[in-house]
Amino acid sequence: MSPTDFSTAGELVCPAGTPAALRTAVDAGADSVYCGFRNATNARNFPGLNFTPEELEASVAYAHARGARVLLALNTYPPAGKVDLWREAAAIGARVGVDAFIVADMGVARHIAQTHPGSRLHLSVQAAASSPEAIRYYCENFGVKRVVLPRILTIPEIRAIKSEIPCEIETFIFGNHGLMVEGRCSLTNWMSGLSTNMDGVCSPAADVTYEREADGSMRSCLSGFTIDHFAPDENAGYPTICKGRYVAPHRPEGYYAFEEPVSLNLGRLLPELMEAGVHAFKIEGRQRSKSYVRSVVRSFRQAVDAIRAGAEPDLANLVALTEGQKETQGAFRSKKWR
Amino acid sequence: MELTLGPIAYHWSAEKKRDFYARIADEAPVSTVYLGEVICSKRAPFFDKELPETIERLERAGKRVVLSSLAEVMLPRERKATADLAQMEHPEIEINNAAGLLARNTRPHRIGPFLNAYSEATIAWMVEQGATHVCLPTEMPAEAIAVAAAAGSELGVGIEVQVFGRAPLAVSARCYHARAHSRTKDNCQFICEEDPDGMPLSTRDDQAILRVNGIQTQSESYIELLDELPGLAEMGVTHARLLPQDVDMVAVAEIFADRLAARIEAAEARARLAEICEGRDFSNGFFHGAAGYRRIEAAARG
Amino acid sequence: MTETQMMTSPSQRRLVPVGLLCAALRPVLGRVVRRIAQHHPEMFERIAPYQKSDFVIVPVELPFALHLRPDPEAPMLRAVPQDRLPEHDARIEGRFFTLLELVDGESDGDAAFFSRDLTISGNTEAVVSLRNALDDVDGSVAQETADSFGPPGRAFLSMLRRRSARQ
Repeated sequence: MSPTDFSTAGELVCPAGTPAALRTAVDAGADSVYCGFRNATNARNFPGLNFTPEELEASVAYAHARGARVLLALNTYPPAGKVDLWREAAAIGARVGVDAFIVADMGVARHIAQTHPGSRLHLSVQAAASSPEAIRYYCENFGVKRVVLPRILTIPEIRAIKSEIPCEIETFIFGNHGLMVEGRCSLTNWMSGLSTNMDGVCSPAADVTYEREADGSMRSCLSGFTIDHFAPDENAGYPTICKGRYVAPHRPEGYYAFEEPVSLNLGRLLPELMEAGVHAFKIEGRQRSKSYVRSVVRSFRQAVDAIRAGAEPDLANLVALTEGQKETQGAFRSKKWR
Repeated sequence: MELTLGPIAYHWSAEKKRDFYARIADEAPVSTVYLGEVICSKRAPFFDKELPETIERLERAGKRVVLSSLAEVMLPRERKATADLAQMEHPEIEINNAAGLLARNTRPHRIGPFLNAYSEATIAWMVEQGATHVCLPTEMPAEAIAVAAAAGSELGVGIEVQVFGRAPLAVSARCYHARAHSRTKDNCQFICEEDPDGMPLSTRDDQAILRVNGIQTQSESYIELLDELPGLAEMGVTHARLLPQDVDMVAVAEIFADRLAARIEAAEARARLAEICEGRDFSNGFFHGAAGYRRIEAAARG
Repeated sequence: MTETQMMTSPSQRRLVPVGLLCAALRPVLGRVVRRIAQHHPEMFERIAPYQKSDFVIVPVELPFALHLRPDPEAPMLRAVPQDRLPEHDARIEGRFFTLLELVDGESDGDAAFFSRDLTISGNTEAVVSLRNALDDVDGSVAQETADSFGPPGRAFLSMLRRRSARQ
C-alpha cells in the first residue's frame, strides 16, 4: 500500500506537536499523523509546538518510509491581508509531499484546489460542517474527500449523514471533549486579544496564571479573569473558558456553565462507529506529550486491528488511559446532553 | 454608510417582537432590517406566522428587509428551515450556514457573520457564487476590515460590520440556558424567554463577563463603535449593524445616525448612549486588535 | 555525587550543608546542560523566546532547587539552596519523581502540569514552551544524560527511578 492510499477503513489519525511525537506516533502504529507549522496557519499555534518546513519535510520522509501518511493542518481562517501566509504554507506542504491538507476556510480550500490540483483536501472540524448539505457544499465546490465531523453528533446521526454525502467520515474518538461549535468561537479573543480562528490560539499560555491562596486553594486565571477556583484537594484544570465554573442568577454556588472538564473516550464504540460508516478515527492532542501519543496510539492500534480480525478488542486497555480522570462518550451515545 | 438592524438574537415573545418592529418601522433611522431566528430552531415557530405581516409593515415604511438563516444546522427541522429559506425569491436572504449556501446555489444572497468571511480571498469566492453583501465576523480587527472593505468595493458588494450590541462569541450544540436550569434542550420549556438581554455569567469572584442566550454565548458588555464610525466609512465599509438589545433601540439608532451624519460629537453620542443603556459597559477591543472586552479610549490610540 | 547526598532524608539533610552540596553538584550539572545544548540544538530553538529566561525547578522533598537558563550560547543549570532562590521568570514545583518523569519523557506531563502534582507560577508560556521543547527529544533526556556518564550514570538513574517510584 502506498502512503497516499487512504482506502482502508478504520484508519487511525494521530496527533503530533513535534517531530519526535510524529516519529513516536508512526512507530506506535499510526496510519496517518496530522501536524501543523509553527504559526497561525493551524489551530494549535502554541508556544514551543509544531514544525518548521525542514522538520515537516524530514517527518514526511520518515512517515512515508514506514507506510504512514502525513496530513497538514491549515485549519484556521486567514484574516484579510494575511492570506499569503496560508498560501505559502500550502505551497510548502505540496512541495514536501504531504498526503492531505486539512482545511476550514473556503478561500484556503479554493486556493489549494486551484493551485495544487490533485491535492487531497480534508474538511477540518473547524469548518463546523454538521449537516449533509454543509458537507456536500465543500465536496462539490472544492473536491473535499473527507469530513472531520464535529464532536456533537450521535451515532444514528452519523449513520444518516454517511448515507447522504459523497466523502469519507473522520470522527474524534479520544481526547478533549468540546461542545462549542469549533471554528465559531471567539471566547479566547474576547478575553486575551488572540483569536482562535485567526491566530490558532485557545487560552494562550502567556495569559494564563495560577494563583495559590493561603488556604491551599488555587485560582486559574486567563487575562486576569478567574476561570476556575479549585479547593485544596481538587484536581485543577487548564483555564479554558468553556471549561470554567461561573455564577449565574439561578446558580449562585458556581457551576460548569458550559461543560464539565472530561475527556472523550470512544474506545467501546469503535465497532459501532465503523459499522455506521466512519472511515477514520481521530485522536486529539497535538499539545500533549509524546508519551501520551505512544500509549494512546498503541492501544487504539491494537483495538482496531482486533476489530478488523473479527476479534474482541482489548478495551480495558483503552479505559486505563483515562484512569483517574473523568471520561465520557460525549454526544455519541445520546442527545440528552444537549 | 448606512445603518442596519441585525436579527434579534434572544427569545422575545411574539408580542414583544411585533411591537418592537412596529416602532422600528416608524421611527428608527435604519435602512435595512434583518429578521428571522438565527440562534435556536425551537423558537422559530413562535414568530413565523407573524413574519409576512412584519415584512410588509417594514417595507411599507421604506425599510429593506432581509431574512437571516440559522447559524447552526444539524437537526431535520433545521435543515428544512434552511432549505425553505433558500427557496425564497423575496425578500432577500442572509445565509449563516454552509447548508444554506448549497441550497441557494448561485442565486443572489447575503453572507451572515457566522459564515466566517474573514479574508478577501474568501469574500471573492463567495461573490463568485452569488453573494451580494457580506457581514464580517464581529472579531475582525480594523486592519483586516480595511482590506475586506476594499475588496468588497472592488467586487461591487456591500460590506457590513457590527457597531453595537453584545458580541456573539460562540455557539454550541448544547443549550446553556437549559443547562443552567438543569433541563435538557428537548425539554427546555423556553426558559430563555426569561432573559430578554441574555443570562449573565460572572466569574466566581464576581466579575460579570459573559451572557448566555440559549445555545449562544455572548459578551457581557456591548460593542460600541461610535468613535470608530468615521474610520469605518473611510475604509469603505458600506453598512454598520446594530444588534437588538433589550434597550430603546430607536434611540440607539438615532444616536448612531446623528453621529454618522456628524450632527453630534462622539463624546455627546457616547454620553447619550450611556444614558439609554444604563448599567451596561461598552467595549471596542476587537476593532483595535485588543482583547474584545477592553474599552480603548480615542486618546490612548496611536 | 552519592546516593545519600541526592536523596537525603530530613534528618540527614542537616548533616550535609546545602551550600556545600550545591557547590559539589555544580560541575556535574554544568556538564549535563552543555551536553544537552550540544546534542539538541533544536530543543533550544523551540524555546527561542525564553532562552534568556530563568526557570527554577523545585523538588519539594529536597533541600535544593535547580536554576535553569536555556541559553544555547551560555547554557546554565545549577543547584541552589531552596531558601535562597535567585530571581526567576517561572517556577516549577513538585515531587522529585514527578519532575524526573517529566524530563524522562516516560509519562505525560500534561496531567502532572494541570493536576495539583505540579505547581507552576510566573510565566506559564515559558513553562509550556520548556515542556514542549523537552518533549521533542527522542527517548529520554534523563537517560541520555545518564548514558553520558557511563555505567555509573546509568546505575544512578535506575536507582533514582526506583527510589522515586517507591515514594
